[in-house]
Amino acid sequence: MEFLRPTTWADALDARAGHPDALPIQGGTDVMVELNFDVRRPAALLDLGRVAGLTRWEESDGRLRVGAGVPYARLITELGDRLPGLAQASRTVGSPQIRNRGTVGGNLGAASPAGDAHPPLLAGGAEIEVESAARGVRMIPAAEFYTGVKRSALEPDELIRAFWTDPAPGPQYFSKIGTRNAMVIAVCSFALALDPGNARVGTGIGSAGPTPLRADEAEDYLAAELDWAGRGPLPDAVARRFGELVAGAARPIDDVRGTAAYRRHAVAVLARRTLTWAWNDYTGAAGRRAS
Amino acid sequence: MRVNLTVNGSPATVDDVWEGESLLYVLRERMGLPGSKNACEQGECGSCTVYLDGVPACACLVAAGQAEGREVRTVEGLAEGDRLDAVQEAFVEAGAVQCGFCTPGLVVQSHDLIERVPDPSDAEIREALAGNLCRCTGYEKIMDAVRLAARRKATR
Repeated sequence: MEFLRPTTWADALDARAGHPDALPIQGGTDVMVELNFDVRRPAALLDLGRVAGLTRWEESDGRLRVGAGVPYARLITELGDRLPGLAQASRTVGSPQIRNRGTVGGNLGAASPAGDAHPPLLAGGAEIEVESAARGVRMIPAAEFYTGVKRSALEPDELIRAFWTDPAPGPQYFSKIGTRNAMVIAVCSFALALDPGNARVGTGIGSAGPTPLRADEAEDYLAAELDWAGRGPLPDAVARRFGELVAGAARPIDDVRGTAAYRRHAVAVLARRTLTWAWNDYTGAAGRRAS
Repeated sequence: MRVNLTVNGSPATVDDVWEGESLLYVLRERMGLPGSKNACEQGECGSCTVYLDGVPACACLVAAGQAEGREVRTVEGLAEGDRLDAVQEAFVEAGAVQCGFCTPGLVVQSHDLIERVPDPSDAEIREALAGNLCRCTGYEKIMDAVRLAARRKATR
């Protein structure tokens, strides 16, 4: 095995091009498990932990560009106000030790349908910035990034550099089902983002399909039904219908963590619940807030 | 490959490291530092928690090569000579040790918590230790130990 450790982005892209069978490693919280358990024996590890710039984020022209190597712990403390949905999802990742190392870049690279970062990226309309030495930069909308179970639109000679997303234009929530609060892979999860200025709704379903999914029909339905201008109360029937449409968009399977029927039921509950929190925030109504 | 790193304040050079092995393996098997425990090898149990450049991490999930040029502080590096750190003292006094396998990870993680939050609430202690499993389930004594350590550190 080779261990490649570029320190510049250009060198990282060259290393990627020269070693298509290398496995990129960022925080190591997924990759090292596979190595420790002999699930994978890549010809080389491509360590991105030393590449300057990957651990930085910046805001320019009203958009956020977050480096692929920013760990979850920093997303929570530094971007919790601008990206509350992603920060909530980040808080549910593993444990403090895992959040200190794990990154959204790594989550995207692994492209597990259960990855916690995916639903808020989908709901917020994020774009993934990837690059190859040969063809330069590509911007991939999150909704087009996930192509199958642990498969993504990333080409073998490309690396994930950053994700771009707008600072939250309205309430954002994430909720996740697991057997306990810490150290669980999601049984299923859901993210919601409201954009009141444009009367738009964003959704992301996690761990209830072969890939993270958007619930397009549910988004359109809710955007049309919500009383954006009047900030009126949320009709119970609307919340229920929204939940049904989200459940209808899920494509879950039975596995060790839960059954398809349970997941379908649970994502409807999570959709209703996150919608209630978000709408209460928007209308200033009293009600339970997610912590 | 060769890995150069600083462990508990001393520069070290380790040779013949396999590219796919973990920092935990380097510490335990190549450097003779068995304090960090090898239990789950998947980041679930926290027994191998060490400081990596001052930030707690599971050593089993850090590739050895990722530690090149970094500073590692293990449970062996908390005491000053024969004088135990307040967290270590408190674990002994509170009886927060049963089989002892989880203890080094809990001590390092608790040490970090009290450095960052000198007077942690019970909720903060539970959250900080959520990734450290004690299969003897001695959690109440561990809570006692962290509270005691925080009080001790405040008066030192």
